[in-house]
Formats: sequence, C-alpha cells, structure tokens
Amino acid sequence: MDQHAVEQHGKAEPAGLDVVVTTMASDSHTWNLVFLHLLLEELGHRVTNLGACVPDALLVAECRRIEPDLIVLSSVNGHGFHDGLRVIAALRACPELARTTTVIGGKLGIAGSGAPARRRTLLAAGFDGVFEEGRAVREFPSFVASLTAGAGVLL
Amino acid sequence: MTRSAALPASGFGAFVARARAAGVLVVQPRMGMADPLRMREGLLATRGADAVTVGTITLDSYTRTGDLAAARRALAEGVGLNGYPIATHPADTTRAVLRGIADPRFPVQVRHGSAAPEHIVRALLAAGLDATEGGPVSYCLPYSRTPLREAVEDWRRSCELLAATRELGAAPHLETFGGCLMGQLCPPSLLIAVSVLEALFFRQHGLRDLSLSYAQQADPRQDEEALTVLGRLAAELLPDVDHHLVLYAYMGVFPRSPGGARLLLEDAARLAVRAGAARLIVKTTAEAHRIPTVEENVRALEAAAAAAAHEHARLARSGAPGPYGPGLQAVATGSDDTVRAGTGLVGTSPVGRTDGTGLVGTSPVGRTDGTGLVGTSPVGRTAGTDPVRTGLVGTGHGPQVVDTGIEAEARALIGAVLDLDADIGRALVRAFAAGYLDVPYCLHPDNAGRARSSLTPDGRLHWSNTGSMPLAGLADGGPRPPILGSAGLLSALSHVQRTYDARAAARPAAETFDGAAPVPIRTPAAPPRTTSMPRRELGLTTP
Repeated sequence: MDQHAVEQHGKAEPAGLDVVVTTMASDSHTWNLVFLHLLLEELGHRVTNLGACVPDALLVAECRRIEPDLIVLSSVNGHGFHDGLRVIAALRACPELARTTTVIGGKLGIAGSGAPARRRTLLAAGFDGVFEEGRAVREFPSFVASLTAGAGVLL
Repeated sequence: MTRSAALPASGFGAFVARARAAGVLVVQPRMGMADPLRMREGLLATRGADAVTVGTITLDSYTRTGDLAAARRALAEGVGLNGYPIATHPADTTRAVLRGIADPRFPVQVRHGSAAPEHIVRALLAAGLDATEGGPVSYCLPYSRTPLREAVEDWRRSCELLAATRELGAAPHLETFGGCLMGQLCPPSLLIAVSVLEALFFRQHGLRDLSLSYAQQADPRQDEEALTVLGRLAAELLPDVDHHLVLYAYMGVFPRSPGGARLLLEDAARLAVRAGAARLIVKTTAEAHRIPTVEENVRALEAAAAAAAHEHARLARSGAPGPYGPGLQAVATGSDDTVRAGTGLVGTSPVGRTDGTGLVGTSPVGRTDGTGLVGTSPVGRTAGTDPVRTGLVGTGHGPQVVDTGIEAEARALIGAVLDLDADIGRALVRAFAAGYLDVPYCLHPDNAGRARSSLTPDGRLHWSNTGSMPLAGLADGGPRPPILGSAGLLSALSHVQRTYDARAAARPAAETFDGAAPVPIRTPAAPPRTTSMPRRELGLTTP
C-alpha cells in the first residue's frame, strides 16, 4: 500500500502533516484505513498506515516514534467506543503525545444509535474530534484543513 | 465426490450434501451474541426458520484476536460484545446453549475470523462442535497483523486438532474463507486460487470434509463464471475429499434500503442455484446500518430460501441442465442410498454423481473426468508448462457461461504457488513473499501490496495492476482501468450499494423476482419449496 500509494498519490508538500492512520486492537477492518490513507495523501499529507488490529502498545510506540501532527483512529467493528476510550488514555499518558491532535471515527458502537452521547464521552476523554458515519467523510477533510491552516497547532 | 459411497453419516458436510442431493440450497446466517441465552434463542430461531438452515455461532472480536482477558472483562462489566466468546464461557455453558438444538439435523458452525484459531478450535471441540471456517491466508492477511508464517503454523495445528476427531468417528468440517478476501474488489481469479489453496492446505493436514467459499461480487455473470471455475478446480484438485461450494452474499458496502438489500440477497441465492453452490451465507436488510437482529436474520434466511426455490423452479421449467443435473425432480436413481435414506425425497442425477465433481458447475459434456482436457494437475506441473494454454483447451463451460479468462488466471496462480514447495503452508508463505499472490488493497506487512483492482461501470472486476503475480498476458486484454484514488475507491466500494438501492427505488415493491411478472413462490409448477420438506427428512433417519 504505502509504496504504491506514495508513487501514485504521494505528492506531499513540505507543509503537509505527518499523519498516523490506525485502527485498534480488536478491529480487523481496513477499507476505512485504505480510504483515509489515499484521501490524506491526496490532501498533501504524509501517512503512516498501521493496518488492521493494532495492539495498544504498538499504536503508542509507533506514535511516540513518529511524533505525528495528527493521529486518526478509525474503527467500524462496534468496539471503537470502548477501545477508543482505552487508547486515548494511553496516548494522553505519554508526555510527547499529550497534546497531539487525535481524532476517532467510523462506526463506534454495536447499535446504530447513541452517537451524540458517545461523541460527548469521547471528547471528554481527550479526543479532538469524533467522526461517526454519515457526514464524517465530508467533515473530516475540513477538519484536517483547519489543522494545516493553523500550522499544525491544536484546535 | 468420488467418496459419495462413503459419505460421513453425520456432520456438517453430510447435511449439506443431503440437501444438495435433494435440490435444496442450505442457507446460513451470521449470528453471535455474548449472552448464552440469547445465543441459544438465535440458534433456535435459525433452526425454526422457514428454510433448510444450518446454525452459526459467530465469535466476538476479542476472542478472534486472542485477547481473552478483554473478552472476560467485557463479560464481567456487561460491555457489549459483537459475538459469542466461546473461549471465555465455560464449555458446559456452550454445551447448554447447544443442547437439544445442534444435532445431525441442525449442524452448527463456529465462525470466527481468527488468524491464529487454535484456542478457538480447542474451545469448540470441548463444546462438542466440529465445524468451523477460515484459513491461514484469508484470516491472516485481510484481518490481522499476525505474520503469515505464524498463521500457517497455527492453522496447521488447528487443522490437526480438528482432523484428530475423525478417529473418534466425527466428521469435522472446515470451510475456506479464501473466496472472500477483503470482502469486495478482489478479482475472482485470486479469490478462487486462495480458496482452492486453503482447501489443499486443509487436506494436507488431515481434513476430508471441506467447503470452498466464494463471495458474491458486483456482476452476476462474472460471479457465475467464477463459481463454475471454482467447482471445476475443486473437483479436479480435491478428488478424494467431500466438498461443496459455499457462496457468501455480498460482503462489501451493503444497500441502505431494505428493498435493495433484499434484491442483492435474492440475486445471491439465484446465483448459488445457477452456479452450483450448495450453501449460502446470507446478509440482512440491516447490514448497512448495524449488527442484524435475530428476526432480521430469519427473514433473510427465508427470503434467500424462497428465491433459491424459485430459481430451481425456473431452471426446471426452462429445461436448462443446471448444476444439479437435468431435472431437479428427477426420480431417485438409487446411486446413493445414503442420500436417499436421509432425504426420503429426491435422488441425484447419475451425471452429477459419477464424475467426481460433486455436481458442481461442470457441464455434463466434455468434462467428464478432468483428464486430457485440463492438462496436468498443478502439483505435477513443471515450470516450462504453460498452464494457461492447457487450461483453456477444451474448456467445457456451459452455454451460458462465457470464458473471460478467470480459469486461466486461477490455474496460473495455483500452479505457481504449488510449484514453490510440496508443503502448501510453506508454498503460501513463499508465494506472498515473492508477490505471486498479492491481495489488492491489503495492508498486511506480508502482502506485497502492489496489486490493484478496479470496477468497470457495469460492475466487472478487473486488475489495474497485477504486481508480480504470474498473470502476464492473461489478465484482461486491452487497457487496464486506472488506479483508484480515494474518490474512485469510495465509488467502487459503494457501487453495489448504489446499484441495488437504485434498482429497488425503480421497482414496484411486489416485484421481487426476475421474470416478466412476479411469480408466486407456491406456484404448483414449482418444486417443493424448501419448507415443504420438513427438517427431519433432511436429517438422519436415526440421529
């Protein structure tokens, strides 16, 4: 993926962000990750895609190593809410990642409803953005654009 | 199946074989709940559905990934799990879930998605089950980050654990998931190749009762050709094991509208009947939105069974020599007393039982034994042989199935892998390292990641880039479709959703079957509907 996508789409400008795209330990879905990877590269950013079923320790270690401008957690298996709360705690516990812009999106619960409450809880737990289904595909690029406009500084 | 005279007396595969002999498509849900009582209710509802069904216990993601501590915590804290944690509930609990439900008349399969399923296989065996699915490639590359080499080793041990139960008189069943790689956008030849290779791996490690999967893609004609090829290759390369084909209703982005979802499911059921699949994994109208309820699953099972029965009837009326042989209601031939005794209904056509293909997809003419026409078995193929040419010569596709080259591609892939090592597990590892197999859009570190695929506007899958796969000169004539960007990818991923939602919107609600006019399912011209055959007639005469 990386190699090829970079050849085809990776016209990342120096001003682009370093982005980690990842899912969480229990989630095996990757089309969401492939899409986000392509999209972010087309927007001029450099992507490290961690792929399926990323254990917490690996996720944190990779983020500490890369020190990205943006961490994108995407999950569609219904465990995302629960797993996301655990992961954001681990990320925020690292001094170098305490303020890194981190967002989560996808299908985050096993029921189709309850998104507003999930969103509030996730934001309170430390996420900077929550993108659940529906409008997420449109809202996410605007969110990312707002980061580059602010020179990668937090919201 | 050459072993038809020695069909196992019980078990998952035998049940499906009896249904197929009777001309009935077996339908199966995906279904898994954390709570044992709800799981039991789901199985009961599946068993009670107005269709010939097998049961499913789908496991949760924590169990699948081997994080049993997380599964335990989730159970203790009452956090929702997306499946049944079979390795966390005591075996006695699972036995209680199954008691009085799972038996030779209602076999239950464990579906899990694990790249390293040894703990799952141990748990399902402890609970008295012996049917499951997956594969060292298909549950590793698309769904995990487990190194392929480790997955192969774990699957080898898992196969051996399952196979060992044969000594106790069981007939353990294992289904390849290789025909479903990535769920969508994988060209059929690679799906077929991996499905066949995983089946060969299972056989190498002692299993003798298999099914080979293929997932419905975006074009029914391409899928029909693919299933036909899969059946032909399975018959040729697995002549000494019982096997059937299992079709998965579309696994990608599902139609949002109930009508679109239902049309897609019905197309899958019709495809299964036309192309000789014996079993169908259904999807529900809720698929695009959430995990379906038991009731939605039951409705999907019944809709699929009805569509399949309708297609059987249509084929019978048209006199088309379908995959089940001419005339679905042919009088029992007595060629297979096991099946007759079990079904008490319809025997198999002599054509279908004698060629060792298990009825699947072969035209009765010109493909009687697979010798001469199809070249050597890939095992014995030398590097100098051109598998393509031999594969194409004399191919006896049925009149309605056009050969677009899927078979030649699949043969080239399978042959290249088998040439690498006599040990199929090692051959698979080497094949991925060399890029001989390369799953498009798969992010796994052991996947070469150079292959790309694309959809034509009418839904046919094509290679955009074949990477290092041995498909030079094979994959599609003419210009390749462009590599997809994010918008193109999203559009391709949602092609089926858009198409079927539009079809549903443009169509009167009552008209759900192909043909000039809606035909009532219970028309007298139709063969017995699945449900007019009580389950006991499909089961053993003595449990």
